[in-house]
Amino acid sequence: MRRVNPAAEAHPALVFWIAAGWVGYLLLPWYGIEDGFFRFEWLIDGYPFDEEYAPAVFLIAQGEKLWLAPLLLPLAAPLFVVRSRKTDPEFATVLTIAGALGFAWLIAQGFGIGIRGFNFSWLTALFGDLGDRQFGMGYGALILASSFLFLFTQGIAARGAINGDVFVVSAIGGVIVIVATFVFFPIGRTFLAAFITDTGGYSLAVFASKFFDDRLWGLGCLWGARCGAAWNSLFLAIIVGATTTSLGLSFALVVSRSGFRFKRGLRMLTVLPIITPPFVIGLALILLFGLSGTVTVLFAEVFGTQPTRWLYGLPGVLIAQTLAYTPIAFLVLIGVVEGVSPSMEEAAQTLRANTWQTFRTVSLPLMRPGLANAFLLGFIESMADFGNPLVLGGNFDVLSTEIFFAIVGAQYDQGRAAVLAMVLLFFTLSAFYVQRMWLGRKGYTTVTGKGDAGVHPLMPRRLAVPVMVVAGIWGAFTVTVYGMIVYGSFVELWGVRNTLTLKHYITAFSIRFNEHGLHWSGSAWDSFWTTIQIAAVAAPLTAAVGLITAYLLTRQTFAGKNAFEFGTMLSFAIPGTVIGVSYILAFNVPPIEITGTGIILVVSFIFRNMPVGVRAGIASMSQLDKSLDESSLTLGANSWQTFRRVILPLLRPAILAALVFSFVRAMTAISAVIFLVSAEYDMATSYIIGRVENNDYGLAIAYSTTLIFVMLAAVALLNRLVGRIQIGRRAHFATGA
Amino acid sequence: MVQTEISSKAAPVVFQDVSKVFGEGVVAVDNINFTVEAGRLVTLLGPSGCGKTTTLRMIAGLERVTSGRIRIGDTDVTTLPATDRDVAMVFQSYALFPHMTVLENVSYGLGFSGFPKSEIRGRARTGLDLVGLKGFDDRLPSELSGGQQQRVAVARALVLEPQVLLFDEPLSNLDAKLRRQVREDIRAIQRDLGLTVVYVTHDQEEALAVSDQIVVMRNAAIAQIGSPRELYDSPVDSFVADFIGEANLLPCEVVAIDGEIAEISVDSYRYRLASRGLPKGPAKLAVRPARIVLDEDDGFDATVAKATYVGVRMEYTLDTSFGSIFAVQDDVTHTLETGSSVKVGFKPTGPVLIPET
Repeated sequence: MRRVNPAAEAHPALVFWIAAGWVGYLLLPWYGIEDGFFRFEWLIDGYPFDEEYAPAVFLIAQGEKLWLAPLLLPLAAPLFVVRSRKTDPEFATVLTIAGALGFAWLIAQGFGIGIRGFNFSWLTALFGDLGDRQFGMGYGALILASSFLFLFTQGIAARGAINGDVFVVSAIGGVIVIVATFVFFPIGRTFLAAFITDTGGYSLAVFASKFFDDRLWGLGCLWGARCGAAWNSLFLAIIVGATTTSLGLSFALVVSRSGFRFKRGLRMLTVLPIITPPFVIGLALILLFGLSGTVTVLFAEVFGTQPTRWLYGLPGVLIAQTLAYTPIAFLVLIGVVEGVSPSMEEAAQTLRANTWQTFRTVSLPLMRPGLANAFLLGFIESMADFGNPLVLGGNFDVLSTEIFFAIVGAQYDQGRAAVLAMVLLFFTLSAFYVQRMWLGRKGYTTVTGKGDAGVHPLMPRRLAVPVMVVAGIWGAFTVTVYGMIVYGSFVELWGVRNTLTLKHYITAFSIRFNEHGLHWSGSAWDSFWTTIQIAAVAAPLTAAVGLITAYLLTRQTFAGKNAFEFGTMLSFAIPGTVIGVSYILAFNVPPIEITGTGIILVVSFIFRNMPVGVRAGIASMSQLDKSLDESSLTLGANSWQTFRRVILPLLRPAILAALVFSFVRAMTAISAVIFLVSAEYDMATSYIIGRVENNDYGLAIAYSTTLIFVMLAAVALLNRLVGRIQIGRRAHFATGA
Repeated sequence: MVQTEISSKAAPVVFQDVSKVFGEGVVAVDNINFTVEAGRLVTLLGPSGCGKTTTLRMIAGLERVTSGRIRIGDTDVTTLPATDRDVAMVFQSYALFPHMTVLENVSYGLGFSGFPKSEIRGRARTGLDLVGLKGFDDRLPSELSGGQQQRVAVARALVLEPQVLLFDEPLSNLDAKLRRQVREDIRAIQRDLGLTVVYVTHDQEEALAVSDQIVVMRNAAIAQIGSPRELYDSPVDSFVADFIGEANLLPCEVVAIDGEIAEISVDSYRYRLASRGLPKGPAKLAVRPARIVLDEDDGFDATVAKATYVGVRMEYTLDTSFGSIFAVQDDVTHTLETGSSVKVGFKPTGPVLIPET
């Protein structure tokens, strides 16, 4: 134990957060600055007296926003215990109560009072008309909220939660609050929006009328008419899930259990889904099978038939999604297929099962978690996919596009968008649940670590032949499609003028020098740089939140850990479209008013990609023995110092991976982004979709090709960096093991 | 329920000039010959990387022989895959199927071996009884302790009544206390059922305790084959002498040969022992620490460098003119001081000449 000076020693973290709270209250503008979060014109423009830029205390002094005054009380209270001991029961009580009250009051006033005075009619009834209003939170409010939160967590820690570890309690509190704010709150808002009537009240009838809409649940396709979007989505997602899973399994088997020579080439497949914007496949399919597509034209010439529009609708979306998500299934399954311990299969053989029986009774059942995961991923991705149905859907309505048109189209019906989003969310969460049920209590972990020599047996012949054929055909198809993308970007006007040209690249990416110096005159540069910027800001934040969460999940035990894990992983099962809609519904009005800014894009990326960071962190942290932490702790470091000095340096590969992955995903995302972009912050993907809607395929494909190569470079860079670091680590540990 | 008995169809295993080469010229097993007689327990012993596990896997049919022949019983199994051989193996990691219950695991092989459905259950139960796991039928492997998992693995192999039962380091994943118990259980079952067992380990004490015969392997070849006592008392070379038990290897001089008996000198100390066909001249002598006598009148000179009391005996490190040697003495009441000079002699039996240059 370290000696704790019993005499009055102020705790640095406590002092910091108290000071931060006061700064937020006394000095910083309380409300959000309309010019933007990172603009600082307000400093010379009437601060601190102008109502728009004034800190809370100036507002109150001028007799405005008096509901902010009670915040002084919880702000002042901790000052009395700054010098008292941590073990003092008063210390804990004061901090807990002050933090909780302050935070609660902040939230209550934020939700209670909006741009039209009181938000709830019962408040008006109780206190009369307010005659005042307020906008979204700004620096001051944000910092004061954090201050209250961390004073509260310090209070709880002082009461002995998690061995009184301030860092861990604060980290848990922080993660809970941001996940609640940016995942649960918007989802909840959306859920409520489904019940809102035109007059602003809540009504079940409104929900029912929107829910039981024929456009949603119609079964017309059974007798030749059109089916509802919900059935379409479900049907499509199930087929896509099943197809991608079986194709992914075929590829995985070819790589791990056949004498196939070019396994490295197949492994390249795993990179594709990461670097390909999802709708690009749809574009390539149009080049191949569209009305003036190569194959269509060829077919028409050879057989003398009329070219048809068969691609547009279910077939096109299905093919595009299968192409796009098979590599994801492969990525999941290759790990599982290789993870089945060879001695399991050898044991089955010594127990007289032949290769086919071994595969059927041992290998395949052991791959069940992988199969379930791959299916789930394919299902969710298909449900959430926005780009391909938009490009290829034709009259085949699916939920994700319907949501989009409900909110941006002429109908502008928030309620309908909310209902559709809820149905979509219901489907994905159900799939999540069914998967859990199916796996049940049985164990599938086969890697015991010790004594697992041996190699996987080859596939039984009656399996090998069909698997190789399927994988071969599909592999060739994938290569063709990607080839089309690159080739198509150089064709002037597909099917009409098939001359090769650099025109599209020049339109998109030309650079001119004039008297002002370099001029980015290409039409794509704006969205390109915005995308890079947003992705670059989002990536480190995503990695940070992900790794801290992973640290809490692997290294700490606390009450409600399972719920905590479920909450942080939930955003994985929430389709991007749902996130997009709910962010619009939730963050368009105070207290958090960020639609149309870059911040909302960054935030959406953080919470869309956080599960990836968490998974990466958990995977590598569970390989670091806990005794490392414990030895650091016994050597006198606290848990924050341990995290920073011991865990973080060892996690460098995981951090890099999370960084690049979230960067790349931020660049390719479309489903949530399409709702959140604004004129000022347009992203590459939404720009491309815009081009596609204007039938400007050449530019769209040229831009997509550029994106693919940019991201390929990013991934290759990561591989080099991570590879080098791992070698260094292995050499380092060789002496210690 | 029909009470079924598990019996044995024990058969001998014969290795004839067997080699195994991995990939580009990595020789794992180099031209080995040995015979495992029916109903005996033979251990393959050696340091890691010596080829013992590869040898075992070749018996199981999990590795293909590069050259040579393997026979089990009357059958030449050289080219048969594992499925078609009448052997069963207990894996180091146990390799229990995690998605099947204990009973399903034990029944697994029976289903493919042509046993009628009605009999499978009974046989599996009998097998579980035999290893003392009655009533564990519906557990999953993940719900068992390490020792219990190991017994399930043994039962799963036993119920097939294989001609040969193979164990790949069966004790390495158990804690020290359990090891003695389990190895005695394995030996008891093998004796009771008269099984042919081939057993791989790198632990010489384990090998000495369970084996009828030990095959000591080193660098892909066989160093020596013999009963535990033969290996301990007359190792063929310094590797075996040092690997089986501990041995001090001393330089000595054969000064006279008298038929089967040689007279040797260590410094000025004279001693007579079996010549093992060695000629006169310099030779190497292996002496177990417990076969050393201290402070007799006759012997060579040494000083006590270290004296350690370990309860049941004393352990001494002695400095001599040719290096340090290690000795243990049962006498813990009259101990020698560090730094004192002693005469070192040998007990009447114990030291052996090592027939190598």
